[in-house]
Amino acid sequence: MGTYVLRRLLQMVPVIIGSTFLIFVMVFAIGDPAAGRCGDRPCPPAYIAQFRAEYNLDEPLVVQYGLYMLKVLQGDLGTAFNGQVVATELLNRWPTTVKVALIAVVFETLIGIAAGILAALRRGRFLDYLVTVSSLVVISIPVFVVGGLAQLVLGIRFGLFPVTSTGGSWGELVLPGLVLGAFSVAYIARLMRGTLIENLRADYVRTARAKGLTPRRTIGVHALRNSLIPVITFIGYDIGALMGGAVVTERIFNINGIGGYLFYGINTKDGSIVVGTITCLVLVYLLANLLVDVLYGVLDPRISHD
Amino acid sequence: MSETLQGAGRPVPAESSWTPVDGRLLDVEDLFVEFRTRDGVAKAINGVSFSLDEGETLAVLGESGSGKSVTAQAIMGILDSPPGFITGGRIRYCGTDLLGLTEKQRREVRGPEISMIFQDALSSLNPVFPVGWQIAEMLRVHRGANRSDAREGAIRLMERVNIPAARQRVNAFPHQFSGGMRQRIMIAMAIALDPAVLIADEPTTALDVTVQAQIMALLAELQEERRMGLILITHDLGVVADVADRIAVMYAGRLVETADVHPIYAAPAHPYTKGLLASIPRLDQKGQELSAIGGLPPNLTRIPPGCPFNPRCPYAQDVCRHDPPPPLIEVRPGRRSACHFTDRVLADSEVEFDHTHPGAQEEGR
Repeated sequence: MGTYVLRRLLQMVPVIIGSTFLIFVMVFAIGDPAAGRCGDRPCPPAYIAQFRAEYNLDEPLVVQYGLYMLKVLQGDLGTAFNGQVVATELLNRWPTTVKVALIAVVFETLIGIAAGILAALRRGRFLDYLVTVSSLVVISIPVFVVGGLAQLVLGIRFGLFPVTSTGGSWGELVLPGLVLGAFSVAYIARLMRGTLIENLRADYVRTARAKGLTPRRTIGVHALRNSLIPVITFIGYDIGALMGGAVVTERIFNINGIGGYLFYGINTKDGSIVVGTITCLVLVYLLANLLVDVLYGVLDPRISHD
Repeated sequence: MSETLQGAGRPVPAESSWTPVDGRLLDVEDLFVEFRTRDGVAKAINGVSFSLDEGETLAVLGESGSGKSVTAQAIMGILDSPPGFITGGRIRYCGTDLLGLTEKQRREVRGPEISMIFQDALSSLNPVFPVGWQIAEMLRVHRGANRSDAREGAIRLMERVNIPAARQRVNAFPHQFSGGMRQRIMIAMAIALDPAVLIADEPTTALDVTVQAQIMALLAELQEERRMGLILITHDLGVVADVADRIAVMYAGRLVETADVHPIYAAPAHPYTKGLLASIPRLDQKGQELSAIGGLPPNLTRIPPGCPFNPRCPYAQDVCRHDPPPPLIEVRPGRRSACHFTDRVLADSEVEFDHTHPGAQEEGR
């Protein structure tokens, strides 16, 4: 197991280099990175010269990237145009995004799994149709529509939740968390329902019944344990995906998290913010993937990591 | 009965709660099972009656879809319902009709009294739990044993079914065992609570020939040792001959012939049994084409009128196509056959099976 994790960590290095290089090229090498920096007027030559010097834009591309990564390794993600240090800003915003993602994960795990189990056990009856149809509806609607609707209905019409965030307290982040987890809760419900129905037909469940076990134990121990493997795997991947998904949600709810910062960086064409933020997101995503693969080996004894 | 009074806190099932009536363990009477599917109602079992005594081995023979496994699942009470429904008959265990018991009472029979092993041991064992845990679960759930006692019990059972290094392998997972060892684990699980009846549903079909023989020998040995009634479901006539005391042949959800094992091999009394026996490859008839029964078993949603075997039967006459299916009647002491022409079939097979056998050998030498 130890060597497996080490090998996976080493495999991350080329992935990180590749992804950051692509982002770097897209942000700094395609087009004129200084264009539009000064509104409608052209920028003063002195400003452009300073800008190009800071990012070594007159060097060959590989050198530019190398020098940038050297700074990243030292914890220096550069300085945004408004003078903020990107690394500090990310550190300040990170807890907010994690809070939103945490709310989303708890929401999708509890509600998604419960709804999936109920639908599987009441297959073909009202509750099943309720879960399958409503989850399909949620999956089909884009997140910005779900977010807007949630603000309008739950926030303004019923006044249950605040619709924007100022300080990033838990209370303000509940509604964004639910919106962020909405897609996954629907997906997990369907996944859970499908795998449980499949496993309820499995031979080993028949064996469990033949052993004279109660339905509660047959389903709750034998069928459920197997059905949870793909679901838990999905939740693991989703932790990584939720960080990226936060861009839209944080924008809708005006949350000062990583996603909101990335959105701000893209809007202001601030290369330091965009590259720095995405590098962090890539790292989180890769670590979440590693966690899932390790977890998979723990949950399913047939998978070995030797 | 005292069953209901004992309730959940029954620590060790009272030995006396189930005693065979005159040595008779199981009495299946006029059993009907149907599957209500989208394509129609499949009549899987159509009036099956048989019995099983202590220490007896009954082999249930038949093609796929003849209702062997469904009969077993109906006895166990593990039919998938829906779509499967028992629509008639009685299944008496030690004199008590199991179909009249509550689900809770049935769970106290299923496992401790009647247990079952299945064809594919790999898929029948839960892949995510250690084998020892799965065996021990029987002792923990039914006997209330604690973890360590149940574990020791599981090790003893694994040793009993001749799994080498049982103590070291008790925590291994099903996929880490060979096919034969996995079937041994299934057997250990099934005999954990010393059941009176063991139903083996094609226990050796998924195994290779040498392992088949070992598993059959183990089953025979355990049955002898514990005086269990054994119902052996198979489509392999070769497996049956050594082990079984009696044979029941099924076709399209009916019994077509029941007999002691030796007479049936010597001279089958039903055309279907005769066809099955003729299809066994024989060492003394090398180079000859195997005879097979033409056609396919009927679709159970559309069983032909008359005797269900008539479209494939060389003896079929108009009476077979129009009259209701012939009843299973005694044709010789201890032999029953469901055919309008039993006497002709018997006469023919006495010639074919009794005389060609030694004759062919002599000619070959």
